[in-house]
Amino acid sequence: MTDRALAVVRAGALTTVQDQGRPGHAHLGVPRSGALDAPAAALANRLVGNPAEAAVLETTLNGCAVRPRSTVTVAVAGAPCRVTVDGRPVAWGAPVRVPAGAVLDVGAAVRGVRSYVAVSGGVAVEPVLGSRSTDLLSGLGPPQLTDGAVLPLGRVVGPHARVHVAPQPAPPAELVLRVTLGPRDDWFTREAVRTFISRTYRVSAASNRIGLRTEGPTLERARSGELPSEGVVLGAVQVPPDGRPVVFLADHPTTGGYPVLAVVRAADLPAAAQAVPGTPVRFVAVRRR
Amino acid sequence: MRVLPVGDSALLVEVSSGDEAQALHAELLRRRAEGSIAVREIVPAARTVLLDGLTDPVRLASELTSADVPTAPPRAGEVVELPVRYDGPDLADVAALWGVTEREVARIHAGTEFRVAFCGFAPGFGYLTGLPPHYDVPRRATPRTSVPAGSVALAGPYTGVYPHVSPGGWQLIGSTDTVLWDHARVPAALLSPGTRVRFVPVGTYGPGPVDANDRGPVDADRPDKAGTDGRGPMDADRPDTAGTDRRGPVGADGRSPVGADGRGPVGRT
Repeated sequence: MTDRALAVVRAGALTTVQDQGRPGHAHLGVPRSGALDAPAAALANRLVGNPAEAAVLETTLNGCAVRPRSTVTVAVAGAPCRVTVDGRPVAWGAPVRVPAGAVLDVGAAVRGVRSYVAVSGGVAVEPVLGSRSTDLLSGLGPPQLTDGAVLPLGRVVGPHARVHVAPQPAPPAELVLRVTLGPRDDWFTREAVRTFISRTYRVSAASNRIGLRTEGPTLERARSGELPSEGVVLGAVQVPPDGRPVVFLADHPTTGGYPVLAVVRAADLPAAAQAVPGTPVRFVAVRRR
Repeated sequence: MRVLPVGDSALLVEVSSGDEAQALHAELLRRRAEGSIAVREIVPAARTVLLDGLTDPVRLASELTSADVPTAPPRAGEVVELPVRYDGPDLADVAALWGVTEREVARIHAGTEFRVAFCGFAPGFGYLTGLPPHYDVPRRATPRTSVPAGSVALAGPYTGVYPHVSPGGWQLIGSTDTVLWDHARVPAALLSPGTRVRFVPVGTYGPGPVDANDRGPVDADRPDKAGTDGRGPMDADRPDTAGTDRRGPVGADGRSPVGADGRGPVGRT
């Protein structure tokens, strides 16, 4: 095996390979997948000199540790965390050199949920339908990282960025999600719609890459019966029978049969990816552009 | 026809029947191919077509009218033939529901030209229509915990073929060895919306052995069961669920955001 590879020393709770996903296959039942906090993944790639489409690692809450077999440049972005190389603290949010055989440890998120680890050359697992992303809904792409796994790295194409630190948005203390109502707001009572856009929810611990689940006031339907399955978009706010809104994230199913009350602005979804359970959530109605 | 805006860059076009949805889908594909619509995803479903990734949804919404919906979907393209053994464990139940013999179920099913109305549930799973409405069947009261890949199944107005082993609530009437989904193949999906399909009977009719262990009731609180596998919110059409009474909210399994139970994704062996 080539020495352009990463050995997984500590996989962490849930670390996956992510890139920009595989949009364009929804009609086949294939979720788009891809990094949940896409700007953070893009920044990490920029810092190490990778193209925007290079695959990175997405950690969940408690980080991961990897050992490159050759000297690489890495950058950790997204959720702030302690980063060490062979136990010595190094910078978060900046390019860092990791010598061959040294252990890069990405610590637990101090704030936020998901850290992104870009490695010069990018993670070069075999793409599926044009993407290296792990899709936890349908099982496409590489499996989540396990201790001892080895990930191939691609060829380095450019120099790393000459920066000491890159500004990044802080994970949200309160998540404000701008929404446009519809397409199925008429399935809910006016009171329910008012509740949805005026009351405060909290991020549920049952949230995952498929959806940001919430706890809070339940939303009552104005009509009973079933909605035939219909296509759903990223950011759709679906309301299952328990009446608590779920915001669809990257691994969301391509069709669904619960009414979609509103759709979250795409620009607000990266913050949703970093909201820890318990974070207050407010849905703010905005006009369609 | 109703055109509903969805967020800032998508439209949901709602029509009054499955046939109209298929016809509209074919028409929208034609327009995309000729370059008159710029759209990333065209996702047909039971009564709707979703257009996602539009640059100017407002303009398209004003342009789309009922006149755009052809009366029937085109009968173009090759017919995909799926060799099938009519040996499913629910063949007798379906025969009873239809009021015919098992052999007759096979004859009727194999004598029908199907069309993939839409895909969903799992990569490569097509919802096929073509049987007349009086052959609609309910889902099983209790879904199976494990339906083998290649199972040919019925529910509501649809026929489907399970591309992978998965939990399943549909009535199993047969099986095929044809690989429905192979991401190393181009195209990965054998069936895509609009594909015409015929089932070609092979071997003998009649149910094969049934493993009683596969027919146990589903406990919605168990993480290995339909509806609690940590997937997104579901819907009644999904082939891994039973009737609508099973539409429990997903996420009731108490999975943390890390999904740290280490289970592999569903939909694979």
